[in-house]
Amino acid sequence: MTEEQNKTTVLRKTQPEPLLEVRNITKRFPGVLALDDVSLKFMQGEVHAVVGENGAGKSTLMKIMAGAYIADSGEILLQGKKVSFSHPQEAHEQGVSIIYQEFNLLPERTVAQNIYLGREPSKFGVIDIRALNKKALTVLKELGADEMISPTALCNTLSVAEQQIVEIAKAISFDSKVLIMDEPTAALTLVEVRILNALVSRLKTRGMALIFISHRLVEVFDIADKITVLKDGQLVGTELAKDVNAEKIVHMMVGRILDHYFPPLGKKEDFGEVVLRVNNCSNHFLKNINLELRKGEVLGIAGLQGSGRTELAQALFGVMPFKTGTMEINGKTRTVKAPSTAIKYSMGFMTEDRKAEGLLPKQPIRDNMLLTVRSMQSILGNIFNDGIRKSRKMVPTLAKQVDVRTDNYDREVQFLSGGNQQKVALSKWLASNADIFIFDEPTRGIDVEAKASIHDLIRGLTKKGIAVLMISSELPEIIGMSDRILVMWDGSIAGELPAKSTESDVMLLATGHETNNHSNKNDEAGKE
Amino acid sequence: MTTTTMAKSSRAVKVLNTIWTWIKKIPPVYPIFILIFLTVGFLNPNYQTANGIFVFLRRASPLAILAIGQMFVLSSGGFDLSMGSLVTFVIVGSSMLLNNDPEKAMITIVIMLGVGVIVGLINGVTVSFLKVPSLIVTLGMLLLVKGVAMFWSGGAPRGYFTDNFRIFGRGNIENVPIFGKFPIALLIMIVIALLSYYLFHKSNFGKQILAIGDNVRASQLSGVRVRVIRVLAFVYSALLAVVAAILLGGYGGISTNVGDGLEMQAVSAAVVGGTLLLGGKGSVPSVVFGAFTLEALFNLLNLLGLPKPYKDAVQGLIIIGAVAYVALSTRKKR
Repeated sequence: MTEEQNKTTVLRKTQPEPLLEVRNITKRFPGVLALDDVSLKFMQGEVHAVVGENGAGKSTLMKIMAGAYIADSGEILLQGKKVSFSHPQEAHEQGVSIIYQEFNLLPERTVAQNIYLGREPSKFGVIDIRALNKKALTVLKELGADEMISPTALCNTLSVAEQQIVEIAKAISFDSKVLIMDEPTAALTLVEVRILNALVSRLKTRGMALIFISHRLVEVFDIADKITVLKDGQLVGTELAKDVNAEKIVHMMVGRILDHYFPPLGKKEDFGEVVLRVNNCSNHFLKNINLELRKGEVLGIAGLQGSGRTELAQALFGVMPFKTGTMEINGKTRTVKAPSTAIKYSMGFMTEDRKAEGLLPKQPIRDNMLLTVRSMQSILGNIFNDGIRKSRKMVPTLAKQVDVRTDNYDREVQFLSGGNQQKVALSKWLASNADIFIFDEPTRGIDVEAKASIHDLIRGLTKKGIAVLMISSELPEIIGMSDRILVMWDGSIAGELPAKSTESDVMLLATGHETNNHSNKNDEAGKE
Repeated sequence: MTTTTMAKSSRAVKVLNTIWTWIKKIPPVYPIFILIFLTVGFLNPNYQTANGIFVFLRRASPLAILAIGQMFVLSSGGFDLSMGSLVTFVIVGSSMLLNNDPEKAMITIVIMLGVGVIVGLINGVTVSFLKVPSLIVTLGMLLLVKGVAMFWSGGAPRGYFTDNFRIFGRGNIENVPIFGKFPIALLIMIVIALLSYYLFHKSNFGKQILAIGDNVRASQLSGVRVRVIRVLAFVYSALLAVVAAILLGGYGGISTNVGDGLEMQAVSAAVVGGTLLLGGKGSVPSVVFGAFTLEALFNLLNLLGLPKPYKDAVQGLIIIGAVAYVALSTRKKR
């Protein structure tokens, strides 16, 4: 399937006037073109799903339609009239509502108070609570949720699905014509998803246009009439849901040119014994995780946002520990309940958000490099045994290992470039002699050259017999670096793929196509 | 010839440059202190003698000790507002325990240090295990400690401090070569400053306090025992408050309001010494000079005939200025 073919299949229904239309929307953020000349139409009584990989531009587009961002160029038409929203409130008042993944309900207020927040009916200057509850009940009735949710219930007593219904009720109470939902099913159970679907069809018959962003293709096919695919900020195409299948949508989502070369993958003889084994481990987010990590290999963890990639890293490292199941580190059964324990068992964790979780911005390079070593030593010991001077001697060696070029180790790391910061963050684990490394998004937000050198560093580690578990949302990075790939979906491991699998293979698993899982694996086995 | 002069001048520029980079590294507290101290000395001839300078340093020693303790907590990202009333408690409580009996001086000091450990532990444990903001915990502790002191003494402590108790605050070591008389309080301060210097700048304890104050999350993920370090910082701060109280009691005798506002003086002194409010930066020598600067500033206000409210207002300005500085510099980065 080529892109040209996809583009010709863009539907151009000209008969009814679209309820909401965006034309030639372009939005640029520093360093990225988030949306590139995107035009889309949303019709009355239609559920329109917008899908795409992480960073495809879905959320940006939604935010522009809801007035949270302003497009650099292009126009928005509501019922044929040109509008420009400078604030979400304006969009709201004109009938475009958005429900974010994170709800904006006040937990200590009742359902009715939340629905009519800031526009409560009043009598003699005070809030008329009876009228408020009555109005809220009417709205809930319209949604058919009046038996499920009482207007006087406190929001913090509601389940996630119920809170979502309250958010929807709030949108309805504004008389919204367009309702945008960002990953509405992400936190719902199967039963709750059904309730939501029923609700959505109800809203459809009211003549609203419903737009939702989702990573979950299975649910997209359950609910959507139309599916639009975005990739790298560009419109790939819009298809009628009944005309396409998941494979086709996935093909539309992936495929791009590699922007740099990756170091060669490991060879079979490089891989040693299993250093980390996870048996049937679960916690409140992760379900039945089983994995093996070998000496000298890079195990890639792929998956879309919210699939549990970072949560897996945090569970392994004891930040958000597993509740059930067993973990073996270097052949011994271990329980890891805190990062300090994980460090003791020679694990290292390169966090996703280096500024918030990896570095001490106001401390010098030296102290950042030695942070882990020092936390493994006694608190006071160094006064007497001169350990601090000994550990300071490690600094130049570490700098050389990770290739941080500076002659001034007293420089605060906040003044370093992103790539150098990442290298400093890495060096503290080299200092602690970790032999199991977890990398969470190792190259996020750094330039291409620094990316390549981080990739070389990771390969260099495996050559020394270190085992690497690498999480990444960038498919080219996963495929370019991994000796094996585990794909996560919905808090569990959806499947394993061999090195050099295609982006489509990964995406199919990552979007919840368990049914294709087997055939996929067999295909790959056949190719080998 | 021209080349040689050029070479010479470029060498001169180089030397000047290195000197300039050295000068830039000097924390501003030192020149500020020298400036204020010289002004005070100019206005009051007493400060022109060695004896006068020693009197000044002895007066400033308790504040310097308090400021060091406060700096440990501030650098970890917390506040210790209970210091002042702990000072009051120690002074009032010591008078009750001593009961005019010199034999009890030693045991009284030991008991009071024990009280310091307990207060520090309660502060630290509540902050790090119950996750209550330190501002609130230590504010509550301020009231609690002061209330207990007042309740215990009935508001009017009895008796006087025995001489062997007061010696730490007002005694001198006689016949010291060069100096002549050397105040014991100053000696204690110097010993504590040296100990604190090693703890803060040379041990894992200090490095990890700074790490926590800079980024708790990153510290925790790097294995720093965040809770233990935090508790220890509060305990150290409370212990130094007890030491400062013994010096203050020795110098000024018994009073129920010595401690009032000392916590804020300690914060101001720490801030003048370059400590970053909300954590991440601190230095023992600079904070000692921060305390000297503040004391000199109070003297200056006195000499200028300005009443006590000015002293409070100046402290207020220093603290607000410091917070504003932190807020501005973090906003610039975003």
